[in-house]
Amino acid sequence: MKFSLSWLKRHLETEAPLEEILGALNSIGLEVEGVEDRGAALAPFRIARVVEAAQHPNADRLRALTVDDGSGTLLSVVCGAPNARTGMKGVLGLPGAFVPGTGITLKVGEIRGVKSEGMMCSTRELGLGDDHEGIIDLPDDAPVGVPYVTWAGLDDPVVEISITPNRGDALAIRGIARDLAAAGLGTLKPFAPDKVPGVYPSPLRWVVEDAEACPWVLGRAVRGLRNGASPKWLQDRLVAIGQRPINALVDITNFFTYDLGRPLHVFDAKKVTGDTLFLRHGRTGESYLALNGKQIAVTPEDLVIADSAAVESLAGIMGGEQSGSDENTTEVFIECALFDPVRIALSGRRHELRSDARQRFERGIDPALLPDALEAATAMVIELCGGEASEITGAGAEPAWQRQASLRFERIAGLGGADVAPDAAVGILERLGFGVVARDAEKVTVSVPSWRNDVAGSGALAQAPGLPADRARAAAEGCAAVEPECDLLEEVLRITGLNRIPPASLPVSSPVPPPSLTPKQARAALARRTLAARGMLDCVSFGFLDHKVAALFGDTPDALRLENPIAADLDQMRPTAVASLALAAARNIARGYPDLALSELGAAYRGIAPEGQLAVAAGLRTGETPRHWAVPARAVDAMDAKGDALAVLLALGVPMAALSVTADAPEAVPMGFYHPGRSGVVRQGPRTVLATFGELHPKLREALSLTGPAVAFEVFLDAIPEPKRRKKSAPDLPAFQPLRRDFAFLVDAAVPAENLARAARGADRALITEVALFDRYAGDRLPEGKVSLALEVTLQPRERSLTDAEIEAVAAKIVAAVGKATGATLRG
Amino acid sequence: MTDDLAGLQAETEAALAAAGDLRALDAVRVATLGKSGRVTALLKGLGAVPAEQRKERGAAVNHLKGVLEAAIESRRVALDAAALEARLAAERLDVSLPPRPFAPTGPESGALHPITRTVEELTAIFGAMGFGVAEGPDIEGDWFNFGALNIPDHHPARQDHDTFYVPAGADGRRPVLRTHTSPVQIRTMLGQEPPIRVIVPGRTWRADHDATHSPMFHQVEGLVIDRGITLAHLKGCLIDFLRAFFDIRDLPVRFRASYFPFTEPSMEVDIGWNRKTGELGKGGDWLEILGSGMVHPRVLANCGIDPREWQGFAFGMGIERITMLKHGIPDLRPFYDSDIRWLRHYGAPVLSPATLAEGV
Repeated sequence: MKFSLSWLKRHLETEAPLEEILGALNSIGLEVEGVEDRGAALAPFRIARVVEAAQHPNADRLRALTVDDGSGTLLSVVCGAPNARTGMKGVLGLPGAFVPGTGITLKVGEIRGVKSEGMMCSTRELGLGDDHEGIIDLPDDAPVGVPYVTWAGLDDPVVEISITPNRGDALAIRGIARDLAAAGLGTLKPFAPDKVPGVYPSPLRWVVEDAEACPWVLGRAVRGLRNGASPKWLQDRLVAIGQRPINALVDITNFFTYDLGRPLHVFDAKKVTGDTLFLRHGRTGESYLALNGKQIAVTPEDLVIADSAAVESLAGIMGGEQSGSDENTTEVFIECALFDPVRIALSGRRHELRSDARQRFERGIDPALLPDALEAATAMVIELCGGEASEITGAGAEPAWQRQASLRFERIAGLGGADVAPDAAVGILERLGFGVVARDAEKVTVSVPSWRNDVAGSGALAQAPGLPADRARAAAEGCAAVEPECDLLEEVLRITGLNRIPPASLPVSSPVPPPSLTPKQARAALARRTLAARGMLDCVSFGFLDHKVAALFGDTPDALRLENPIAADLDQMRPTAVASLALAAARNIARGYPDLALSELGAAYRGIAPEGQLAVAAGLRTGETPRHWAVPARAVDAMDAKGDALAVLLALGVPMAALSVTADAPEAVPMGFYHPGRSGVVRQGPRTVLATFGELHPKLREALSLTGPAVAFEVFLDAIPEPKRRKKSAPDLPAFQPLRRDFAFLVDAAVPAENLARAARGADRALITEVALFDRYAGDRLPEGKVSLALEVTLQPRERSLTDAEIEAVAAKIVAAVGKATGATLRG
Repeated sequence: MTDDLAGLQAETEAALAAAGDLRALDAVRVATLGKSGRVTALLKGLGAVPAEQRKERGAAVNHLKGVLEAAIESRRVALDAAALEARLAAERLDVSLPPRPFAPTGPESGALHPITRTVEELTAIFGAMGFGVAEGPDIEGDWFNFGALNIPDHHPARQDHDTFYVPAGADGRRPVLRTHTSPVQIRTMLGQEPPIRVIVPGRTWRADHDATHSPMFHQVEGLVIDRGITLAHLKGCLIDFLRAFFDIRDLPVRFRASYFPFTEPSMEVDIGWNRKTGELGKGGDWLEILGSGMVHPRVLANCGIDPREWQGFAFGMGIERITMLKHGIPDLRPFYDSDIRWLRHYGAPVLSPATLAEGV
């Protein structure tokens, strides 16, 4: 919403400087978006007279001017404009002046041998319009030496403010003035337009077919008028706030849209078919040519204004070309209506039409202003275009908008934390137009002004389904009791200035606060840190990606496909964060960084219900390990990903001994993006999948241009049971040294190494405390299909040292147990 | 087709079927279509064919060439697939083997994303004021994202939200990607009795993509519900937070009236800075940084909380925005690009978590 200072002063009696007005606007919730002070920018440009315009001696198209700028010294100016002539008055820029239209700062120059000490400017060069046919040609009475903006009335700052959706009343310059007056920046001037008597019966009448959509409408005609360009003061007002003047009648309606926040429409009475304007629902198949040049097909949900032949406008949103006014218009019919805000909002959204009228109607128009606005508009039509007015015709009636609200003064401190005296609070409300109905020491009851539909308004609650009935009822009653009061309190605090309320730190709820994170959240943080401590870079990626890429990684159900993606490559909720990391890796590889370690703690989406969103710690490594003089570089492999996944599980307190790692890829786990032979699933118990890891499938690497090795893992944080918080048992600290014995087994290559370790461990649970696999050999010296696996077994004596015979006995048990479980034989 | 061509086709097709690997396939291709291949020879020999037969003969030979090319290609695709199958079947890793004891890279090369760091700092600071951290889903019901927050269907504020939708479920309403973290206010109030003090850091989504907007970004929401909580506490809480977060003890903070459907009164909060240098705390300019207000009685009532008994405040701010300001990061877009050069530059070191003891 833009307004100029002079327009504001039409409604506000104030001496306050601009800076103070801007500060007040910001404070009271009318946020200043920008200030355009053209006067300041164009201050150096002065009115000057061309004393003589002579032909430039060395250029056919140029003229050498002698210019009087009122300083007493005549200046030499070279000018190329075809309209430069002796005796004319124009606008001169002197050296040092910045020309906004060209972006150039003027300096003294010489053009083909003739000195040029300034520049006679065109409208476009001053940034005031598109005209560049010639230099500005001012009338004879323009005073030489005076700043052009002062003479032209352009030294009028224009302020742009943003209006929040609740403040339909502030989409009017008068409403802004009222707020500023309430904030103490002046006095609101009265607005009481004289009635314009009607001298003939209205040639048109209203028929409203849906009184809910249009509770009240007024109209009247003016005949015998002449429509042309509007006067300069009106054009200046509109141009200043960025509106294009059209003709006097249209300009008048636009004027009242901004001045009073009261959209009006004028029909050319001669172009209306019949003697009735209907406010009715659209009919299927009907359409009209709107003022934006587009053909709009109206629907039965829309409210339209139609004559007996056709739809003329989409009510409250946009008028039509057919019955609009033009230079031949001699009789108009002025529409001044009240529409249901919800219907306007829905119609506007349906047709994607934005207009000043819609913006105001959907926020709510002052329902009591119709008669005054119509009188003021009629008076201005007659003043600018001549003619005489008809009687007023109407349909419906002013709706009952009157309501009251109370404010307990205690609440100013009790909810607002502010110290505002009751007198001051009541004064603010009165200046905003609230009327005191009753007041005592505790509270004030006021009537709400017609233009403040945001205060003590109506509207149903949207209570949660499933609330206990008595609880829902008590809450609803509580809301009905305090909401109007909150509305009044907001007004008092807003106008007082929220900045003036002394801050108070939150009361301490507990001297030592409890942990802020739930155990699950703390686990996620720990997982993230664990991965970063393993050299991974923590990433944050978009949760949606191209469905074709997503399909490489898992299911892409339609339920997780966006209906309105912002780009085709951001249309599917990702099935796994590995997909995002793979895309990121490809980008980094393309930049020349092939060796990567990326991780992300983020969501994987498997369904639209909250349970469908899984918390996943994912990671991806590509390329080779760092080169080092003592440690040779090598390609990353699935064991690195396994190490990452297990490190997370270990950090999160998962009992590692209870985990199993298998190469199978069950349907339940979307493993399609891994190499089938080089990937594994980490389970706790037979079902619960805690993690997956492996080499990425070669086809996927090819599809995503992941050159070189790439391995990944996922840890499903939701699947990890919460570790039990209990005291640790006493440590096992035997007095005797442990013994370590190595065993090398020959076994089928297909047997998982883990099975051997598990069997060895189970051979004597009392004595064997640890089994570690420390070597694996596969090669020519072994029979085909066999590998050698070496285990280090730790034996822990407890009562006394073990004898050789006892050790031999345990060793034999181990060999037997491993052999029985896996078919392995001790390697000779 | 003449007999010799039919014979050649049959022979070649038999040879292709017999070709068990790509080398054998290539041998067939060379023998047929290579420089001295049989089809090539037929093409070369066309010159010797009598003129009246040449056209017909030429067409037949060219047709055969096309057929054989297609057959070779289809055999190649089949062999490629079989080769990959065989390779994948042969490449077996015993995944039960223990991984290497040390990671290929260490803590010195890892780093935490600046958003992660900021969330940890938010958690530490608000945690000290007694706030817990709450979470909610990214795909959210329309009622949680809008209706419960006093934003009915026709509300003009809905237009400002640029909402992403996924297809409607059984209830006919389209779920949304949450446009703010405020729905978690609702989930929290429905899930626990007051008093409540929570912050909600999380992902949010809006259909807006340019230099200063990302279709996915992060917000942190705050909610305090208690008896006797006033707007003065809201101001105090935010001032305390902002000064601690930016580590500027006298950071100027300004409060302006505003409007959000779910708070009343509502206010926007600015901090002092220098627009030209970007320095915070000095310079006389104001920078809008967050929105806040007293929880609207309707929102409380929608969640079954009686606003005569309980009151409180809520706020929301952009995590990227405060992160950019704190660290002087000029551009939003690289936050989500995972460019390792950027992550290493702006990433936070791993081994110093955000604690008030060590300083945030």
